[in-house]
Amino acid sequence: MRWLFFIVVTLTLVASPRVEAVQPDEILADAALEGRARALSKELRCMVCQNQSIDDSDAPLARDLRVLVRERLQAGDSDGQVIDFLVARYGEFVLLKPRFSLHTALLWLGPAAVMLIGALGLFVLARRYRAVSGPAAAGAKLTPAEQARLSEILGRRDP
Amino acid sequence: MIAEFGHYALVLALALALVQAIVPIVGVRKNDPVLMAVAGPTAVAQLFFIALAFGALTICYVRSDFSVVNVFENSHSAKPLIYKISGVWGNHEGSMLLWVLILSLFGALVALFGGNLPARLKANVLAVQSWIAVAFVLFILVTSNPFLRILQPPFEGRDLNPILQDPGLAIHPPLLYLGYVGLSISFSFAIAALIDGRIDAAWARWVRPWTLLAWMFLTLGIAMGSYWAYYTLGWGGWWFWDPVENASFMPWLAATALLHSALVMEKRNALKVWTILLAILAFSLSLIGTFLVRSGVLTSVHAFATDPTRGVFILAILVLFIGGSLALFALRAPLLKQGGLFAPVSREGALVLNNLFLVSACATVFVGTLYPLALEALTGEKISVGAPFFNATFGPLFVPLLIAMPFGPLLAWKRGDLLGVAQRLVGAAAVGAITVAVIFAMEGGGPILVPFAIGLALYVMAGALTEIVERTGLLKVPLMTAFARARGLPRSAWGGAFAHFGLGLTLLGIIGETQWGIERIAELKPGQTISIRRYDLQFDGMTTRQGPNYRELAAHFTVRRHGDVVGIMEPAKRSFPSRGSSTTETALMTRGFSQLYLSLGDPNPDGSLAVRLYYKPLVLLIWFGAVVMVVGGGLSLSDRRLRVGAPKPARSKTVLAPAE
Repeated sequence: MRWLFFIVVTLTLVASPRVEAVQPDEILADAALEGRARALSKELRCMVCQNQSIDDSDAPLARDLRVLVRERLQAGDSDGQVIDFLVARYGEFVLLKPRFSLHTALLWLGPAAVMLIGALGLFVLARRYRAVSGPAAAGAKLTPAEQARLSEILGRRDP
Repeated sequence: MIAEFGHYALVLALALALVQAIVPIVGVRKNDPVLMAVAGPTAVAQLFFIALAFGALTICYVRSDFSVVNVFENSHSAKPLIYKISGVWGNHEGSMLLWVLILSLFGALVALFGGNLPARLKANVLAVQSWIAVAFVLFILVTSNPFLRILQPPFEGRDLNPILQDPGLAIHPPLLYLGYVGLSISFSFAIAALIDGRIDAAWARWVRPWTLLAWMFLTLGIAMGSYWAYYTLGWGGWWFWDPVENASFMPWLAATALLHSALVMEKRNALKVWTILLAILAFSLSLIGTFLVRSGVLTSVHAFATDPTRGVFILAILVLFIGGSLALFALRAPLLKQGGLFAPVSREGALVLNNLFLVSACATVFVGTLYPLALEALTGEKISVGAPFFNATFGPLFVPLLIAMPFGPLLAWKRGDLLGVAQRLVGAAAVGAITVAVIFAMEGGGPILVPFAIGLALYVMAGALTEIVERTGLLKVPLMTAFARARGLPRSAWGGAFAHFGLGLTLLGIIGETQWGIERIAELKPGQTISIRRYDLQFDGMTTRQGPNYRELAAHFTVRRHGDVVGIMEPAKRSFPSRGSSTTETALMTRGFSQLYLSLGDPNPDGSLAVRLYYKPLVLLIWFGAVVMVVGGGLSLSDRRLRVGAPKPARSKTVLAPAE
């Protein structure tokens, strides 16, 4: 049985789907260049994976892209040029942070819009409050029955 | 028989849910106390029958009854008992059953502990709660029946996905669902109030503890899931802005906002309409989360289901509940009277600001999660929205919130004194400023943001303690007096301080891990050493081991610090013959709040082994901070002022007559 065990273990290790992401042999000797490559890799999507950057992914495609990024960097491309190259080849889908365009305007401006509309709404409400109600309006609005019930609740808790 | 028994119990639960959904409402309309009183016992009975169904499925799993399709597809006879049990909810059908179980649990809790609720409110709340139950039990019975049989039962099951065979599965989904589904109570209260067209201060007293309870579970569930992903996925990440994570994060943000606005409503009788809307939104986001995960609309790491009929069914539920509740809100909200005026600079004003930021943050996550789906559906264009987007948009929204956070609890109700509060926060600000200077000097260059982020975290933590320090007179009066005063403080004050302090801890952990983490990728042969920080790890060799349903190849590392052995680390690769798949088991060594993280790559033909080694400073603070937040929630919940959910003491000693 030992040989069977050995084969199973070897096979699993060879056929394992969870290969590590960045492989030792991919790493560039130039630390600065490697640092740029890692930073770029975090911004790029592994297109066959679900929501993984090529830096995290163990898929063969991600490896190819990582090697490609490093090749472009070694050839002297700037970060922007590498990104442009990949977008030209694979489309906007490759970017984990979409560029600002007509199609993504709502995405980028949406949160700020919510914030502004909320702030504006608050401002208007605050002004209307001040105009409509005097300080007397802030009093109790409970019916007598509710008031009795409430004081009963309060009374029981704080004897 | 057991499976059929469970199936039948589920059908009975549906019938009970229908009764509970209709009769009490009729009772409220007709002002008939008998019809209204139907709600309570039915809610308990509904829980009983759903629990029976759940128990039946669990028995099928424990007995490895492979004539049941669900068990066959997700279990294996050699699986350890704990994974047989947790495997019940490690699949689509079973997890939906857990969902309705928790839904009916909350309904029953309201029925049992809601003795002092006004009868009309209680009847309405339980009826609304049951509308949700009807929809989801029907969903299970029609599209996701876990009790279906196979005509010719196989001898062995297909086993559970090995990644899910982890204690995390036993804890994470139940906690998360208790949070997610717990928000249904706030929703039911909101709808009940809208149906009746009135809310009072007692209403807020009731809603806040339930929201707090759900929020605590949700916080724990998210933190637990994050830690699980961290140690199981093998590349050291703990938050991926994955749509499924966002699905749980959005209700958390909304629930956090709801907690704070309910505070204003309870204390000052203001923000009623807004609180109701938030309660609706929080549960709607839970439903949207359920839809995203369960419909398979985004096939991501967590998604198991890809059957479109399910998606359409949940979408229908979604439209019905969210659309219906918002329509009701639009119709009824104008009837609700506003009360409790306040100046912009006041505790209320601070809480409104908190809500503005949290809701905007929630909207950011919402837009980012759904935008790619919407864009592809509308134009066919495919874009990706991932971690870099969220980091760029979410951070700027949270920073001002964190700066403002210590101000809130120090401001007075109605009209606050901003300058006075700022003066009281000088101490906290000094702590932050000194930290910035010290870190800046230590780093000597490097990213300029790091010292400021650490300073912000310490300012938040010091700010959270400011109120406690002031109220106990610590540093001014003798220690014993301060201690006595600390004991006398209301628990809710402690709760708020803990929760805010916890957020600071989490922030500190996040910055420490992301900015100071070190990574080493290397190929090692036995006998070779890899070094990180002050630690040297020597690769001693590989061993093979046999687990209950897997084989394991483990690498043995001796960890030394300045030459002294501090421990061993054994990362491993497990292979599961039943599915022909394998998992990577990372090895973790905890040093204070920091961790060494080691995971295995592939062995090379020349006998060397690829390893990834990380030093993760302060990483444990990320989750420890969440635990501190939950402790804060618990303290606040145990405050006597809030203990409305507690059972009433018996008014009179009734002697039970023996049954004749």
